[in-house]
Amino acid sequence: MKPIWTFLKKYKLECFLAPLFKLLEACFDLLVPIVVKSIMDVGIKNRDTSYIVYGCLILVALGIIGLTCAIVAQYFAARAAVGTSTGLRRALFAHLQTLSYTESDKLGRSSMITRMTSDINQVQSGVNLTLRLFLRSPIIVFGSLIMACVITPVSGPTFAIIIGILAIIVFTIILTGIPLYKRVQSRLDRVTGKTRETLTGARVIRAFNKQDDEIVEFSEANNAHTDIQNFTGKISALMNPLTYVTVNIGIIMIVYFSSAEINVGGMSQGDLFALYNYMSQILVELVKLANTIFTITKALACGNRIQAVLDIPSGMPISNETAGEVDSALAVEFKNVSMTYHGAGAPSLENLDLSVKSGSTVGIIGGTGSGKTTLVNMIPRFYDATEGEVRVFGRNVCEYELDTLREQVAIVPQKAVLFKGTIRSNLLWGKGDATDEELWAALAVAQADGFVKEKEGGLDAPVEQFGRNFSGGQRQRLTIARAIVRRAPIIILDDSASALDFATEARLRHALKSLDYDPTVFIISQRTSSIAHADSIVVLDSGEAVGIGTHEGLLESCPVYREIYDSQFKGGEAR
Amino acid sequence: MKKNNSKASFSTVKKVLKYLNKYRFLFALSLILAVIIVAATLYIPILVGQAIDLAIGKGLVDFDGIYQILIKIGVIAAVTALLQWVMNVINNRMTFGIVRRLRRDAFKKIQELPLSYIDSHPVGDTVSRVIGDVDQFSDGLLMGFSQLFTGVLTIVGTLAFMLSINVTITVVVVVVTPLSLFVAAFIAKRTHSLFKKQSETRAEQTSLIDEMIGEHKTVAAFSHEDEAIERFDEINERLQKCSLKAVFYSSLTNPCTRFVNNLVYAGVALVGALICVSSSGAALTVGALTSLLNYANQYTKPFNEISGVITELQNALACAARVFELIDAEPEIPESADAHDLALEEVDGRVNIEGVEFSYTPDRELIKGLDLSIENGQRVAIVGPTGCGKTTVINLLMRFYDVNAGKIEVSGHDIRDITRESLRRSYGMVLQETWLKNGTIRENIAMGKPDATDEEIIAAAKSAHAHSFIRQMPNGYDTVIGEDGGALSQGQKQLLCITRVMLCLPPMLILDEATSSIDTRTEMKIQDAFATMMRGRTSFIVAHRLSTIKEADIILVMKDGRIIEKGDHETLLKSGGFYSELWNSQFDR
Repeated sequence: MKPIWTFLKKYKLECFLAPLFKLLEACFDLLVPIVVKSIMDVGIKNRDTSYIVYGCLILVALGIIGLTCAIVAQYFAARAAVGTSTGLRRALFAHLQTLSYTESDKLGRSSMITRMTSDINQVQSGVNLTLRLFLRSPIIVFGSLIMACVITPVSGPTFAIIIGILAIIVFTIILTGIPLYKRVQSRLDRVTGKTRETLTGARVIRAFNKQDDEIVEFSEANNAHTDIQNFTGKISALMNPLTYVTVNIGIIMIVYFSSAEINVGGMSQGDLFALYNYMSQILVELVKLANTIFTITKALACGNRIQAVLDIPSGMPISNETAGEVDSALAVEFKNVSMTYHGAGAPSLENLDLSVKSGSTVGIIGGTGSGKTTLVNMIPRFYDATEGEVRVFGRNVCEYELDTLREQVAIVPQKAVLFKGTIRSNLLWGKGDATDEELWAALAVAQADGFVKEKEGGLDAPVEQFGRNFSGGQRQRLTIARAIVRRAPIIILDDSASALDFATEARLRHALKSLDYDPTVFIISQRTSSIAHADSIVVLDSGEAVGIGTHEGLLESCPVYREIYDSQFKGGEAR
Repeated sequence: MKKNNSKASFSTVKKVLKYLNKYRFLFALSLILAVIIVAATLYIPILVGQAIDLAIGKGLVDFDGIYQILIKIGVIAAVTALLQWVMNVINNRMTFGIVRRLRRDAFKKIQELPLSYIDSHPVGDTVSRVIGDVDQFSDGLLMGFSQLFTGVLTIVGTLAFMLSINVTITVVVVVVTPLSLFVAAFIAKRTHSLFKKQSETRAEQTSLIDEMIGEHKTVAAFSHEDEAIERFDEINERLQKCSLKAVFYSSLTNPCTRFVNNLVYAGVALVGALICVSSSGAALTVGALTSLLNYANQYTKPFNEISGVITELQNALACAARVFELIDAEPEIPESADAHDLALEEVDGRVNIEGVEFSYTPDRELIKGLDLSIENGQRVAIVGPTGCGKTTVINLLMRFYDVNAGKIEVSGHDIRDITRESLRRSYGMVLQETWLKNGTIRENIAMGKPDATDEEIIAAAKSAHAHSFIRQMPNGYDTVIGEDGGALSQGQKQLLCITRVMLCLPPMLILDEATSSIDTRTEMKIQDAFATMMRGRTSFIVAHRLSTIKEADIILVMKDGRIIEKGDHETLLKSGGFYSELWNSQFDR
């Protein structure tokens, strides 16, 4: 992926013009004390009224030119900054869309969202501030030094020393501040964590009568946070007083040697005025510079994080065209497949061999973490096998174009998520050009037509972000309908009926059986009753298939299956 | 409306002042320091002006006078700096102290709030009141302390010092001042609406990002990436347009006020120089002009600051109001005056429910006329589809919610006549939502019995089949688990919650889908432990698994939040109602 600087490159002209005009503005600012000096030394001294008026008009003119330069500079800086962040945001969004499941897992949801939002905003203000201030402040500071030397060379060392001391103070305090602020933040995180914890655990805390202990623990975290805040405050509160003293020492030194200089005629009163003014300007600009550097380092850190994401190669190698033989009789075939998640120690699926005939129903059962979801996620190639191969309709999944492969599969994920829009817009995810009849038919299969009819607006009833305005069971049925609409040859239900009661689930199962075409159906469940009717059942135990067969067959041959069945039907005593 | 608003913010201010009251001496000291600091800061330019006047030209320098002034400047600057530091530290202390008390009070209130409040307010909302709002409030308060008062003082002081030097020039400055305010207000007004639009567009984009990136897996499963990018591009383009405007206009404030400042400066220079020239030099000296120019240079700065501080303060008040909403929320119904502790020995396992009526909201009646008499050691199962309100019964038993009518008795005592603490102590509870606190495994297990010995803890873990996985953790029982269980699997968390109850084993039990996340084989093993646990104990069980329910003495069948059937397995099956439908559907193939 291209480095993020390339996004700035599109705005070369802006990046050149913004600092240039800032530089001009700074130069005009530097001229002001010189003009006033000559008003004093020439105008007042010679009682030349027209010279005074003339000088003040120059001051106004300098102000107008400075303002114009500044406006131009701000405009170009804003354009470059906003343009860069817009381009960056788009590229990052598009890039994130191409990541495979493995990479999304690695990044994690919240960090992807932070990269997209606050990190990019930081970069934007970093670019903006850099273009505006990074040149201005040093120019004013060093310009003041140069102007001072021009007025009288003897003032040079004083200015240089004061600038040096100020720089040391400002940067030391800001640099010691950064890690301290991080500590303040991390202690605040503890306070936040404790607050969240006490809210989510309110029932348990009260059941165990732990309210007072909670308050004690919170107070500890709260006090620790306040202490570090006070400590950090004491240090950053040093900045103003120390720099104030330093500047005044500078002023004392200037007045001191200038008076000697004036006495021998080497300097005028106006010169002293100008030196005094330059000295006062330095501090303001140094503080600005330090803050700019602080913002820039933050922006750089954000930029690096974004860069790291952009550098992740997009997804897995994908074939550009679908090639090879098709075998429509065998829907899915696993050939000695093993799969280990990134960073996991042990494989989640090991040496699995399985072939599934077209049109049959496969039940998958096993405890949590036994590899059920892993198995089905490999069919639409959400994850690639670490060993072995997965075939869909006789063709290796890696030989499919990704979209073509995924069109073969309609999956209902474990977590029922809908998207902001309407019921219709959500169902159309399954099939973009589905008619209303098709949608209602799918809703009927999913046992969702009842409550959708009751909703105001029916298919056009609004859906909030993530489908929050629907209950868990309703969401689940709508995600099932979304998959059914697809009319895909392979349908996967990943524990999708967990929020449905037995009766509704049974009706759903019947409806799936009586679809007007003959899809291959995978059903993952924890309940034997949900899969007992399947043509074949795969029993998984810590990533291994410990039994494949029919309900009756497995009851006889597979002890794990029998245990699960017994636990659900006969109760604990029948071991 | 407006009047209401100001009334509301007035009451907020009163509450804030109450918190400030504790620091009234520090506050007064801070104000006094501010006066001294501002005066001293403004005095130095005058001293410099006087020094310049003592160095008029070649051979006309009064060295003694200048040295004296320089020493004065040095001393004043040093003292001012010291006082500045002290004032900053005092302001920090007040602000952070108030923040600490606000947070503590808010947290204490959370412990006293009725569960109905906690259930009906999203966790994120309450957390943002305790953290984000308090932070914003503290920023505003600090700015108010450190900038508002000094800003006003600086303006007043500058005018006073200027007047003492020259009246005409002061008039010039005062006349031009409104221009500066006008420019700043104009830009602020423009940018406010632009920023609003920008943040609205940003919010729109963020919620799209939230969906399409957060649920990227579903997007990929339905090959919906291109549509997502298309929608994103549309919003992104709009964002670029309004961001550019917002960023540009807001960045005009500084150059524009600087320009007005330059005008003031030029005006002071002009009038000042002319006065110097016209009068014979007595009315205004070059040094005095220097002082005036120095003031003119800094004069508009506090204006900008003050307008910033005022917005910040308004914001802070709004945040404070949200925090006080939490702090002043109605707490749980207090214990009745004669509530007594029910000693554990007194608990005999009898629970009597008489004519109980309950609903969460008045418009939706849930439980009506519930009568139930439970003998010691009986098992009560609560069944029904997910989301049917099975937890309602638990809420009432534990007195997380109070009944609207009727009563619940434990061992013959109305639960409202005994302390909540002793009531809750007599139940052991395992909930479906496993909650663990940030701490070691040992701390989590020993929650109900902090003085438990290692042997007791290990024995409890063994009977809950948690010992083996705990032993495999990096530090065994001392492994720190993060917030909300951290790296533990859902099943492991549930095992720890079971261990927690195994350790203290009160006379009555509540098991709410206690094994829903544990794989079936481990669960079978735990069932034994549960069976031992339940022996001789009154237990309330919420379960999906009908085999567990079958053996219960009383089965409550719930649907849509109501109890629709009640009885034992045989009776319910015979009656052919909803229970029998549920029961039969599991054999349906």
